[in-house]
Amino acid sequence: MSATDIQDPNRRDFLYVATGMAAVVGAGAVAWPFIDQMRPDASTLALASVEVDVSSLTPGMSLVVKWRGKPVVVRNRTEQEMKDGEAVNLAQLKDPLARNANLPADAPATDANRTMPGKEAWIVMVQVCTHLGCIPLGQEGEFGGWFCPCHGSVYDTAGRVRGGPAPENMTVPVFQFISDTKIRIG
Amino acid sequence: MSEGHSTYTPKTGIGRWFDARMPLPRLVYDSFVAYPVPRNLNYAYTFGGILALMLAAQMLTGIVLAMHYAADSTLAFDSVEKIMRDVNSGWLLRYMHSNGASFFFVAVYIHIFRGLYYGSYKAPRELLWILGCIIYLLMMATGFMGYVLPWGQMSFWGATVITGFFSAIPLVGDWIQQLLLGGYAVDNPTLNRFFSLHYLLPFMIAGVVVLHIWALHVVGQSNPTGIEVKSKTDTVAFTPYATIKDAFGMLVFLFIFAYFVFYLPNFLGHPDNYVVADPLKTPAHIVPEWYFLPFYAILRAITFNIGPINSKLGGVLAMFGSIAMLFLVPWLDTSKVRSAVYRPWYKLFFWLFVIDAVLLGWLGSQPAEGSYVFMAQMATLFYFAFFLVALPVLGLIETPRRLPNSITEAVLEKNKHGGGGHPAHAAAAPETKG
Repeated sequence: MSATDIQDPNRRDFLYVATGMAAVVGAGAVAWPFIDQMRPDASTLALASVEVDVSSLTPGMSLVVKWRGKPVVVRNRTEQEMKDGEAVNLAQLKDPLARNANLPADAPATDANRTMPGKEAWIVMVQVCTHLGCIPLGQEGEFGGWFCPCHGSVYDTAGRVRGGPAPENMTVPVFQFISDTKIRIG
Repeated sequence: MSEGHSTYTPKTGIGRWFDARMPLPRLVYDSFVAYPVPRNLNYAYTFGGILALMLAAQMLTGIVLAMHYAADSTLAFDSVEKIMRDVNSGWLLRYMHSNGASFFFVAVYIHIFRGLYYGSYKAPRELLWILGCIIYLLMMATGFMGYVLPWGQMSFWGATVITGFFSAIPLVGDWIQQLLLGGYAVDNPTLNRFFSLHYLLPFMIAGVVVLHIWALHVVGQSNPTGIEVKSKTDTVAFTPYATIKDAFGMLVFLFIFAYFVFYLPNFLGHPDNYVVADPLKTPAHIVPEWYFLPFYAILRAITFNIGPINSKLGGVLAMFGSIAMLFLVPWLDTSKVRSAVYRPWYKLFFWLFVIDAVLLGWLGSQPAEGSYVFMAQMATLFYFAFFLVALPVLGLIETPRRLPNSITEAVLEKNKHGGGGHPAHAAAAPETKG
């Protein structure tokens, strides 16, 4: 048959559209595994929980454990540090939320909400600056809490951001006291 | 310039045979021998050739280093030490590669500032300029990932901070960061993918360099007067004139490079990178490689929230914005005159900008506390004001000096003054020296 006999839309149009759509879907299906392989793999995702013996920590002492590749600080705070933390006016805080994975997301950042009920002396948090991921130094900076040497973020004795470029308080991970001297993180 | 008319005539039978089948010799001859360049190009114009040399040198040393390097977080640091101590000439190759990166950036910064000074980005060279900006971005990505490979403390924490930029993006930030890292923190998967990409990107740079040179050869080179080539007397042949000048520039550059490689190999590095990466301890004072310091200072300068944008996202936006400015330069500059030689006010602001960029670099190397923060904020303000205020406004209000009618006239005029017992006059305009 000659080209002039062909009606619109014809079989060829159908083939064009079908081929085009198959190409788009196919390209997407092929692209996805290339992106997907970049994501954290199964061994990384395996949520390890860590148990920590904190019996040796007297007030004013901290220890750091590695959890999900990041350091988690466990600190038994001094009376003075707790007082400083409680005395803070919440209106002064850069980040008003507790960022405590054990509490609802909208819990206010009071000193108590940064800790566990009945265990207010204990701070357990991911010791990673919420700015760009450096490890802040403990018991340094203006507020006697943490100070990030990378870009100068300052945290108070409850790990709440008080100055510098960091936007959020340091995260309190899911944890529980499984006994008076043992904490399970994760 | 004179596109589409080739003066290549093969002299041998093999030459004619080749030319009829694949005219590669003709392309080389037309591009690097007969290609006409403005006769007044100064040594600032030799950095394009120097950059090509450095890219080749980095690829050569890099490919060799990859034969001895192990991209595994438990082996990487030791394998680099093995290159330094055990591999024959390994110390030399590694120092050439690490200092080569620094000198690559020295050359690219001079190249970029030269473009800004002589208005090389103005029509019809916008695309040429943007291709250059893309090369610069690729260079930054390559340099950053290369610095992670030795797996020292600065490698690890530099990677943590820079991938942390992406977590500032609202909603999808954490997902993107995990995609880059392959985990929740910098670890072995991060090192592996960075090694793979560090090997790939230089070849992409080489590809964009080809486009950059192609675009250059379509529109022709700019020159210190900023006046387009008008006649044959305005140009000289690439070979021997530009070839020899470029070669001499390379030689001087390589002398300085060699001095660093042999006498100051770690001057531009950081001692903390000779400490193996420790995910539980950030060095007291973390800094990126020197060539990122101005941008690092801009990142840290934003310590305050701007409306709904928090300080973290603000800092990241300012930092990426400072690089994005370069892409917009062809349209931000409203002046009809290209070269700063004939723009007294732009010349002043250009040098203030150079000082500002160096100041930002110095501030980036200082701790982020006290008066340094305020100084960085002021310097950041000037950085953006140069692009967003000075470039558009100066072009409208500035009265340029009288332009010569042609490149030839500019050269002859200068020779008349310079050669005839007026040395002081010649020294007053050193930037037009041919």
